Amino acid sequence: MNKIVGKEYFSENVIKFEVEAPLIAKSRKAGHFVMVKVGAKGERIPLTIADADISKGTITLVVQKMGVSSSKLALLNIGDEITDLVGPLGKATHIENFGTVVCACGGVGTAPMLPIVDALKKAGNKVITVLAARNKDLIILEDQMKQHSDEVIVMTDDGSYGNKGLVTNGVEMVINREKVDMCVTIGPAVMMKFVSMLTKKYDIPTVASLNTIMVDGTGMCGACRVTVGGKVKFVCVDGPEFDAHLVDFDEMLMRLGGYKDIEREEMERFDCHV
Amino acid sequence: MPNLAEERAQAWREELRNTMKAKERTSLTRVHMPELDAEYRSHNKEEVNLGLTSEMAMLEAKRCLDCANPTCMDGCPVSIYIPKFVKQIEVGDFLGAAKTLKETSALPAVCGRVCPQEKQCEAQCIHVKMKKQPVAIGHLERFAADYERESGNISVPEVAAPNGIKIAVVGSGPAGLSFAGDMAKLGYDVTVFEALHEIGGVLKYGIPEFRLPNVIVDVEIDNLRSMGVKFVTNCIVGKTITLEDLKEDGFEAMFVGSGAGLPRFMSIKGENFVGVMSSNEYLTRVNLMDAASSESDTPVFKGKHVAVIGGGNTAMDSVRTARRLGADRAMIVYRRSEAEMPARLEEIKHAKEEGIEFMNLRNPIEFIGNEQGRVTHMVLQEMELGDPDASGRRSPVEIPGRTETIEVDEVIVSVGVSPNPLIPQTVGGLQISKWGTIMVNQDTMQTDIPMLFAGGDIVRGGATVILAMGDGRKAATAMHEWIQSQQK
Ligand SMILES: Cc1cc2nc3c(=O)[nH]c(=O)nc-3n(C[C@H](O)[C@H](O)[C@H](O)COP(=O)(O)OP(=O)(O)OC[C@H]3O[C@@H](n4cnc5c(N)ncnc54)[C@H](O)[C@@H]3O)c2cc1C
Ligand SMILES: Cc1cc2nc3c(=O)[nH]c(=O)nc-3n(C[C@H](O)[C@H](O)[C@H](O)COP(=O)(O)OP(=O)(O)OC[C@H]3O[C@@H](n4cnc5c(N)ncnc54)[C@H](O)[C@@H]3O)c2cc1C
Ligand code: SF4
Ligand code: SF4
Ligand code: FES
Repeated sequence: MNKIVGKEYFSENVIKFEVEAPLIAKSRKAGHFVMVKVGAKGERIPLTIADADISKGTITLVVQKMGVSSSKLALLNIGDEITDLVGPLGKATHIENFGTVVCACGGVGTAPMLPIVDALKKAGNKVITVLAARNKDLIILEDQMKQHSDEVIVMTDDGSYGNKGLVTNGVEMVINREKVDMCVTIGPAVMMKFVSMLTKKYDIPTVASLNTIMVDGTGMCGACRVTVGGKVKFVCVDGPEFDAHLVDFDEMLMRLGGYKDIEREEMERFDCHV
Repeated sequence: MPNLAEERAQAWREELRNTMKAKERTSLTRVHMPELDAEYRSHNKEEVNLGLTSEMAMLEAKRCLDCANPTCMDGCPVSIYIPKFVKQIEVGDFLGAAKTLKETSALPAVCGRVCPQEKQCEAQCIHVKMKKQPVAIGHLERFAADYERESGNISVPEVAAPNGIKIAVVGSGPAGLSFAGDMAKLGYDVTVFEALHEIGGVLKYGIPEFRLPNVIVDVEIDNLRSMGVKFVTNCIVGKTITLEDLKEDGFEAMFVGSGAGLPRFMSIKGENFVGVMSSNEYLTRVNLMDAASSESDTPVFKGKHVAVIGGGNTAMDSVRTARRLGADRAMIVYRRSEAEMPARLEEIKHAKEEGIEFMNLRNPIEFIGNEQGRVTHMVLQEMELGDPDASGRRSPVEIPGRTETIEVDEVIVSVGVSPNPLIPQTVGGLQISKWGTIMVNQDTMQTDIPMLFAGGDIVRGGATVILAMGDGRKAATAMHEWIQSQQK
């Protein structure tokens, strides 16, 4: 049981939690994640550790409401307990001073990108964050990203805010403008696939943080497996970050869709109860 | 260790032996374990075996000859004092029988249910040499343990006065639990750290409810709690806390029972199609996460044509689970013949009764999927048995050109597990075998790092509950001696 000691809304669907977890606060590094389970019959879902305060013994999670499990978490308040929380899991992000780094994120990837942007900036990089969404209402964490980035470029599909276009248009704009040494991308698999194709064309090393389906998050089940450079890898222990140019995104996309129908049914049931 | 000859010479045993001629005893037929109807049980998770009645148990106990040289004990990896507990059952002293069991086994209700008796104790019973069915030692063991639990008179073992020495245990499977119990008895301050949110290891996330109900395991865990053992769930040693942290916290020694939790795949074409998964994933979803119930947020596929690859207990558990989740065809695909299957005989028998199809001497070589990436078919290579291999089993050889394609919508890969790599990776200075197991002194279970002992599947690779438990007990005895020698 881990007590929630802070809750703040970044937007209607994005919530920052501060949670008591002294051991994890002490041992975590940027890029690590935790598995969280809400309720006795809850699902175990992965969430990136956005920040930690060792002296207070707390970690910060930024949650975006997607389906049942993230919504259940979002309903919790200060003083409530998260039933189960375990970590830190995964390999820490490789952070160094690369020079100029473009961080391309959107959708489910925006929250987990925040700590990486922060760490890259602290390591001395020039960080340009490209934040993408379908429309203005879906742009999240813009202010937080601005705090840690040298520049934030907002892209919307319909042009309702920032520049009109896809995340790749934003990244290409930067590439055409200045020398980019490194690219990090987190978001829906399709998005990461196109960012990866683009940066490959320009020969820019690119890291993708893969958000596959997970069950245990400790290397025990293989639900999170992806093919990287022709080899099968477990995202929870070998990742979550990989060389994007080697990732088989088509396979990953296919596997992500696996439980869509069941999840939709569960969400409908959940909505009826709330 | 009791003096077997002396105990056997006690008056009550002597008298009991004389109440019936050996010939009469051996001519009795072996008890039949009452079980749920196969059709009924194929649709729920109720325990299949119902347990013996007192009358049945006492009658079965009569079959045991109380041998002067009880060979059955040689077959039991922890040398349970079999004739004594069986004779206690014969005279109706069921609580006494349970106590005898507990002198050697930390989890008799579990072992009575899941030990491969036909390869262990029962294989060595004198009846087998006389071409008769062995005494149903496993059934009797389960009976005595269940009787004790249901009577509410569980004897909490005597615990020595606390000695204040802190001991850490990594993993709460049978190895860790039995180790913890023995150390608590000796007065140590024991804390068990478990990575998952539930205590019990494979007993909880792997072996299904219809074979080993969770309540049975929970009673044992409560027992340990009442002996003062502390449990910390959601804590991964090596990640959440390190060995160094534990030392700083004052832990003086540690036992690693982290198991063999890593699934193996076959590396064949199409293995990453949706619907193809490891038995660990499938069983974890259903057992640990209760995914089949509507209250659970965790999803699970309920395939109609389910193929399970493998012939071990894990494969049987998976295929029988698939049946219970509504599969019309639930199939075992195994590359050797039934005689080579490592699964317990009872599991194979129960699976057949439940309508599981056995496709033996077949090996999958490719999975085929549809446009959405879901598995739809599987190509099987027909095999025949060749010469015996290193394991002594006849090895499967391909019959060239003989393949068949069958329809499947779910495939569960159950071809083995590897040792959990976390402790070997994060603790420097351990000697690791080429299979990734931790190397220990076989007599003491001590590793190259003196304060660190290990046992169970992390040392043996995938083994059995009773072996894991035996390791835990051996390690406890040796660690106690080691700690005492340090203090001198
Ligand atoms: C290593 C890792 C770190 C993560 N960190 C964070 C984080 O810091 N903050 C955060 O909000 N989320 C994060 N996620 C994603 C988060 O785990 C999922 O959003 C969550 O599991 C969704 O569960 P749910 O039951 O609410 O939704 P579900 O019912 O599982 O899904 C609802 C819908 O979202 C889609 N979806 C679900 N999961 C993903 C995914 N991983 N990628 C793309 N689409 C998906 C589904 O297809 C479905 O249509 C992370 C994922 C991984 C693997
Ligand atoms: C489906 C299935 C069916 C089986 N059926 C039978 C059977 O019928 N009869 C039989 O005798 N055997 C059977 N076995 C085998 C038997 O279950 C195992 O041999 C036995 O459980 C091994 O015990 P263990 O204590 O070594 O490890 P486990 O039971 O695997 O427990 C290890 C525990 O350690 C935890 N852990 C790992 N690393 C860490 C860490 N770093 N920090 C904290 N915790 C950690 C794990 O989460 C796990 O809970 C079966 C196995 C499976 C999978
Ligand atoms: S513990 Fe297992 S092997 Fe030993 S007597 Fe009991 S059932 Fe037989
Ligand atoms: S070998 Fe068989 S008959 Fe003899 S003591 Fe053991 S169980 Fe009884
Ligand atoms: S989530 Fe189970 S192995 Fe990665």
